[in-house]
Amino acid sequence: MLTSVLVLAGGISHERDVSLRSGRRVADGLLAHGLEVTIRDPDASLLAHIRATRPDVVWPALHGASGEDGALRGLLDFIGVPYVGARSDAARLAWDKPTAKTIVARAGVPTPTSITLPREAFRELGAIGILEEISDEFSGPLVVKPAQGGSSQGVTIVVDREHLPRAMVDAYTYWDVALIEQRVTGTEIAVSILDTGDGPIALPAVEIEPLGGVYSYEARYTAGETRFYAPARIDPPVAERAAQVALDAHRALGLRHLSRVDLIIDGAGTPWFLEANVMPGLTETSVYPQALDAAGFDAGMAYRALAEAALR
Amino acid sequence: MNETRGTNLDPWYDSYAARSAGLAASEVRALFAVASRPEVVSLAGGMPFVSALPKELVQGALDRVLNDYGPQAMQYGSGQGLPQLREQILEVMALEGIRASVDDLVVTTGSQHALELVTKLFIDAGDVVLAEAPTYVTALVVFRSFQADVQHVITDERGIVPEALRERIRSLRAEGKRIKFLYTVPSFGNPSGVTLPWDRRTEVLEICRSEGILVLEDNPYGLLWFDRPAPHAMRSVEEDGVIYLGTFSKTLAPGFRVGWALAPHAIREKLILANEAAILSPSSFSQYVISEYLSSADWQGQIDTFRGVYRERRDAMLGALDDYLPDLTWTHPDGGFYVWVTLPDHLDSKAMLPRAVKELVAYTPGTAFYSNGDGRSHMRLSFCYPTPEFIREGIRRLSVVVNGELDLLSEFSQTSPLPIVKDPSEPVFVPPTSLS
Repeated sequence: MLTSVLVLAGGISHERDVSLRSGRRVADGLLAHGLEVTIRDPDASLLAHIRATRPDVVWPALHGASGEDGALRGLLDFIGVPYVGARSDAARLAWDKPTAKTIVARAGVPTPTSITLPREAFRELGAIGILEEISDEFSGPLVVKPAQGGSSQGVTIVVDREHLPRAMVDAYTYWDVALIEQRVTGTEIAVSILDTGDGPIALPAVEIEPLGGVYSYEARYTAGETRFYAPARIDPPVAERAAQVALDAHRALGLRHLSRVDLIIDGAGTPWFLEANVMPGLTETSVYPQALDAAGFDAGMAYRALAEAALR
Repeated sequence: MNETRGTNLDPWYDSYAARSAGLAASEVRALFAVASRPEVVSLAGGMPFVSALPKELVQGALDRVLNDYGPQAMQYGSGQGLPQLREQILEVMALEGIRASVDDLVVTTGSQHALELVTKLFIDAGDVVLAEAPTYVTALVVFRSFQADVQHVITDERGIVPEALRERIRSLRAEGKRIKFLYTVPSFGNPSGVTLPWDRRTEVLEICRSEGILVLEDNPYGLLWFDRPAPHAMRSVEEDGVIYLGTFSKTLAPGFRVGWALAPHAIREKLILANEAAILSPSSFSQYVISEYLSSADWQGQIDTFRGVYRERRDAMLGALDDYLPDLTWTHPDGGFYVWVTLPDHLDSKAMLPRAVKELVAYTPGTAFYSNGDGRSHMRLSFCYPTPEFIREGIRRLSVVVNGELDLLSEFSQTSPLPIVKDPSEPVFVPPTSLS
C-alpha cells in the first residue's frame, strides 16, 4: 500500500529552478491526497537516504540531465525502489532528441527533416563547408537546438542564414551535439499522455500561442506571456490524429506513466513530432497540469494515481 | 478554462502598471539557481562573508537589548530611525570625512531601500538618471521600475571620466531630456571595483553643481579598503548637492537590513515621510542591536578583520587570473568585493554562462550592469564569499570555459563574423538577492 513518496527536485541541471517548482507542485498534490511526502534535492547523500528511509515510491521531478537522461532512474532500478515515469533505458532514448526522432520516424510518425551535428564534426570537417551544405540543403527557416536539454534553452530560430553560426555556438554552449531542424510552421501543440495502469491515454491537446511569437524560456515561465488553449483550436479529426501520433510516439519510445509529446500541426493538418519529455514540467505555467484540468482530472489525484501505478 | 479565448494563466495580465513591464522570468536568473549548489564555485554572488563576524559580539548585543530595551525594541519606532543609532552613524561616517547633523539622517531598510525612496521622490517616467558604465545591477532594477531613462557615463580605470560626463549632460540637454541625478558608487565600485580619485571627485561635484544635477553617492564599500583608504566621501565637501547612502550590510551583516540616507534638510523631510509611508518605521529590533554592538564591541577592529579576509581573497583571485587567464584583462580593486573582467572580442559572457554552470562555476554576465544591452564582453567576478582555495578552483574552471568558448568561436568565425547581438526586448534582469 502506498503511504510515502520521496519527491526529487532541483539537481544541478540548467533547469534546476523549473524542477524545484515542479517538485513543490507534485508534493502539494500528493499531500492533499493523504500521502506522506518528502522533497529532497538530490546530492551525494541521496542513495544512502533512500536506502535508510525506503520510501514506497520516488517521484523524480527532475528536468534536464541526470533527471531525464535515465542515469538516476538506472540507480533507482539498481537499488530496487519504484519510481514514477519512464524506465532508464527508455528515458535515455527519449532524452536525446535525434535518437527519439529516429525511433519515432521508424514507427511512421512524421518528424521534420533534420541533421545532427556533434561539435567534433565541425572540428574535423570545417565549419565553412558544413554550414554551406546546410544552407543549400534546407530551405526556409531552421530551428537549431542542443540535442539534449529542455525549456527552450539554447534554442534559436534561424531565418537569416547569416545567423546560423551564432545559433550553432549558442546550442553548443548547452550541449556538444546540436540538432538542426527544418522549421515547420503551423499550430504548436503539446499532447500529454497519462497511464495509471490501464494503458496510455492522450489528454486533450493544449495549443500554445506565445504573445511574442516564440515559446522561449521567458514565455514558458512568465504567466501572461503565452496564451494556452485546451483543448487546442484544431478540427476534431486533426485532434484525433495528433492524439494518435502522440500515443504512437510514447509507445515507440517505450515510455510509461506520463510524458508530453510536442507537435506542430502544419497547414494540411499533419502533426509533426518535435520531441517527447519523460518528465514534463509541472509548474503553475506548464502544459501538463492544464491538460489534466481540461480532461476533468484533479491534478493531485492524478499524481497519486501515477505514484500508485509505480508501486504496482 | 475558456475554450474559445484560451487562458494566459494570469487573469490580471492587463491590469499591471506600465512600470512592471519587463519583469519576467529570466533564463539567466534561472541559471543562478544552480549556483546555490555546493558543487558550484559561485563567483557571482555579492554576499558578505559574515562568518568572519564572531558570534559572541552579536550575542552580547542581543542579550543586552532583550534585557534592557525589550519592549521598545519590539515596538514600532520613529520613521527617521533610532536617535542613538543616528548619533553613532555620524561616527561611522566621520571615518570618511563626513561631518553632518543627526537631524539629516534617515535610517532605512538597507541602503537599497534608501535608493528606492530617493528614486521615488525624484523620478517621473522618462526622467534621466546618469550612472556609471557599468553600474550596480539592483540600482538599475529600481530606476527601471520608476521608468527612468538610465544614461550611462563612460568610465575608465579611475572611474567616471569628467569630460565624458560634461559631454553627456550637454548632449542629453540638447535632446531636451530632463536629468534628475547622477548615481555613483565612487569607492571600490560595484561591479567595476574601481575608485574615483579625489581630483575627479571634486571635478564631478563641480560639474554637477554648475549643471544643477543632484549626486546620489552610494558608498557600501568605502571602509573595506585593503592597501590604502579610499578618498574621503564626496559628501564630505558638498552638503547641498549630495544625497549619501550608507549601510551596515558590509561592515557588520546584511541580515539586519539597516542602512541610511544623509540628505539636505528639505529632501530629508520628504524622505522621512516616504519612509513612513512605505514601512512605518525601520526595524526597531535591528537598530537597537546594532546600536548596542557599536557601543560595546570593537567595531572598527571588526572592520579591520573583514579587510584582512577580503584582501586575502582579492589576492587569490588576481593571482589565479594571472595564472589561468593571462590573456584577459581585469581591474585591480583596492577594496570592496569585485573584479571586472574584459573578455576577448566576440566572446559573449551571457551566452557563455550555461557552459560555465555546466563546468560548475558561476559569474555575473556584464549585461546585468547596463541598461542598454551593453556589457556582453565583460563579467563580474566576486571574491567576497568563497575561500581563497575555492576562488582559485573557480578561476581554473572558468579558464576551461573561456578557452572552450574561444575554440568554438574560432571554428565558427571562419564562416562569417559572429556579431554580438543586443536584444532590446530582453526582460529586466532582477538578480537573486545573493547576487546584489
